[in-house]
Amino acid sequence: MSTATESQQPATPSDQVDDVTRTRPRVSVKTAVVYALAALVTIVAWVLNTPADVRTNFQFGSGTDLFRIPNAPVPSLVTLVVLVLVMVAGLVLAVLRYRQRRPVPGWVHVVVGVAFVLAFLTYVGAGKSTVIPMVSLLAGALALSVPLVFGAMSGVICERSGIINIAIEGQLLFGAFAAAVVASAAGSGYVGLLAAPVAGAMVGAALAWFSVSFRVNQIIVGVVLNTLIIGLTGFLFATLLSDNKALWNTRMPLPRLPIPGLSQIPVIGPVLFNQTILIYLMYVIVVLLQFMLFRSRWGLRTRAVGEHPRAADTVGIKVNPRRVWNTILGGAVAGLGGAFFTVGSGLAFGREMSAGQGYIALAAMILGKWNPKGAVAAALLFGFSKNLGNVLSTIGSGVPSEILLMLPYVITIFAVAGFVGRVRPPAAEGTPYTKS
Amino acid sequence: MSEHNPSGRPTGSDAGEEQAVAAAPPGETGVSGGHGPTHREHERPTVLHQILSGSALMSVLAVVLALLIGGFLIAFADQDVREASGYFFARPTDTLSATWTSMTEAYIAMFRGSVFDWRADTFAGMVKPFTESMVFSIPLILAGLGIAVGFRAGLFNIGAQGQIIVGAIVAAWLGFHFDLPPVIHLLVAILGGLIGGAVWGGIPGVLKARFGANEVIVTIMLNYIAVYLITYILKQPAFNPGRTGQRSPAIAADATYPLLVPQWLWPGNGFRLHWGFVVAILATVLVWWLMERSTVGFEIRAVGANPAAARTAGMSVGRTTIITMVIAGALAGLAAGGQVMGTERSLTAGVAASFGFDAITVALLGRSRPWGTFFAGLLFGALKAGGFLMQSLTATPIDIVLVVQSLIVLLIAAPPLVRSIFRLPDPGRPRRRRAAPATTEATA
Repeated sequence: MSTATESQQPATPSDQVDDVTRTRPRVSVKTAVVYALAALVTIVAWVLNTPADVRTNFQFGSGTDLFRIPNAPVPSLVTLVVLVLVMVAGLVLAVLRYRQRRPVPGWVHVVVGVAFVLAFLTYVGAGKSTVIPMVSLLAGALALSVPLVFGAMSGVICERSGIINIAIEGQLLFGAFAAAVVASAAGSGYVGLLAAPVAGAMVGAALAWFSVSFRVNQIIVGVVLNTLIIGLTGFLFATLLSDNKALWNTRMPLPRLPIPGLSQIPVIGPVLFNQTILIYLMYVIVVLLQFMLFRSRWGLRTRAVGEHPRAADTVGIKVNPRRVWNTILGGAVAGLGGAFFTVGSGLAFGREMSAGQGYIALAAMILGKWNPKGAVAAALLFGFSKNLGNVLSTIGSGVPSEILLMLPYVITIFAVAGFVGRVRPPAAEGTPYTKS
Repeated sequence: MSEHNPSGRPTGSDAGEEQAVAAAPPGETGVSGGHGPTHREHERPTVLHQILSGSALMSVLAVVLALLIGGFLIAFADQDVREASGYFFARPTDTLSATWTSMTEAYIAMFRGSVFDWRADTFAGMVKPFTESMVFSIPLILAGLGIAVGFRAGLFNIGAQGQIIVGAIVAAWLGFHFDLPPVIHLLVAILGGLIGGAVWGGIPGVLKARFGANEVIVTIMLNYIAVYLITYILKQPAFNPGRTGQRSPAIAADATYPLLVPQWLWPGNGFRLHWGFVVAILATVLVWWLMERSTVGFEIRAVGANPAAARTAGMSVGRTTIITMVIAGALAGLAAGGQVMGTERSLTAGVAASFGFDAITVALLGRSRPWGTFFAGLLFGALKAGGFLMQSLTATPIDIVLVVQSLIVLLIAAPPLVRSIFRLPDPGRPRRRRAAPATTEATA
């Protein structure tokens, strides 16, 4: 894992020695400060407000497991103290790393983050009769992340080659529309799954056409394409689809395909391995993209075109065709993700059903520093915090649900403003290339 | 940290420069790259050549083309047309006439709903559609101006939606909660909305200037936060007398915009048009002065054209970024005031509708020029107003307005495409290199 991380950011440290000594410690001390804050919030807000004799009831079973897992009522206060200790351990590690002038490894973030969320859940469920449904919490989080992951992958593919893809929203929505309509007309969800990437690719092609051939500002094209697709699908929804709902807009859910064995693992089995083919495709795309982008000729060339098109051109890489094809490919990936809204969740098409997820996917990609791996982590974070907000508003946590639902967006702002460190987009992003 | 950062500047700036090229007039692009000499190469083009390649004609053609495409879409969705096309080869005229009917019916309804309704009983009723267009155009113009200012500085402000919402919350609260003398109350509420919007707009400005946070992402996130904020606020007892969570108490009569055409002047006119439209005109003039005549405006344009050069010239890019975003937010806040104190007269969950996003297309169509934005706002306001009548009369969904709007902007952004469709001369052809479309475009 660490080798991969290093190989992904080769340019930043090596050519600017000054920058290394100046920025690295700053990033690390931020990490330590955030860990300290997390521990402090946990102690002040939750540990001190939890009576000693209450329990929190976590539910780990789901009904499809190999054996039934009983609910796990744990003593709230003890759990909280243990989780605080985990956070403090992370803090100590971060401080040590900071003094060694080395960055904190990624898994520490995950551990501290999980501890913080668990602490919050423990506090919320303390002394309540309701259970904290871990499986549905995680499964819902994955479901909410799926379009985000696809969208973010689309963003990575396009932006690494130098085309800003704001049109993810439109690609998701058009994919959702095409999947629903084609699946309904053909009577099979799988056929719809084939149509979705084609629709997304069409939006990607329009984006590429305008931004490469006519050199129109890519952000403008993206925003306008989104409006166009919202209008177009809304129009067709209100006319064609409503005139003959049975033919054009019948629900065609994809069947769930539990993977034998794996799907019976407690907690993660039902969450990860009892899904539709779309989710399994998502796993494949993420892994494949992470590999291809940094380990293949295609990836090297894509990154070259996005970072320094003139140099790429000099060594014989065709810059604009590469950008066009990448944008079309990215559109196809986002379109496939859009299928999740309709056939993937077993719903009929509805007006504007992508509801701004494309923009969130874009944020996830930037938060993930234009890396597939990071983008997936960010997308999962968004999905989880959104679902956490939903679940907690049904459990009743005392915190207004709107405030909880705001959280992912607030976190993103903080993240973009510095916690993730300086995010550096591909250097040639947004600039049309002309051969001179 | 923000000023003296070597090379790897965070995102925005690249997009920004490009934006400036696409959205700025020739004067500004001249700052960044020497387009001056290229103009001199073909010094005296014929008048006809100038008109045919001018941006005014291009805008008109783009609108016509977009309406035409929209018309075919309307026809395509029409049941009669589809039935007639079933026997197209037997009697093609049926399909054509059905297409024509459904297209013209829709657009005639749109015209009657937005400009002049000759079927109304009274003259007031005939003119009313145009005043409705003006009502819809108020938030579009004001928020569009804010976005246009951002474009000129190379900032892509997607956050007008959130800025409108926050401005509306503040304006509404000042409007219904306090009891102030007539004129002062209105001014206080307007100012409150303006400040609310300015604060919400200032956040991404500060974050970009201080930490290099990408303003596109921050404004998107702030939009969502604002949406949850208004949902939350409308559930609070002070804002929620009806326990519906949809509508705040009505704005005090003192704090509402007076109607522009009062009843005593023209009895029974039924216009909703209020003084917010005058505010929109004033704001347009002010923005024009600010951008074209003031130092701040010059700095904004310089930073938009070339941040590095502006920095070298001694301007503070960070400060200009913050100022620009505050101005943009303030204008969106004015838009909110128009909605809350003029059109809706209370705070509603849908107070911002989709004005914040439509305003982006308005600013794009207006090429980020104040008066361009004004007329673009008027046009899109008319499309919106007309869309409602079209929807009720011909069952053509109002979504077609979105399609037409976005097609207009797409076509205007790509003059070579329009030129090739209508086979018009290319003013840039004498040059050796194909220049960026917008620079040739903005000549007229």
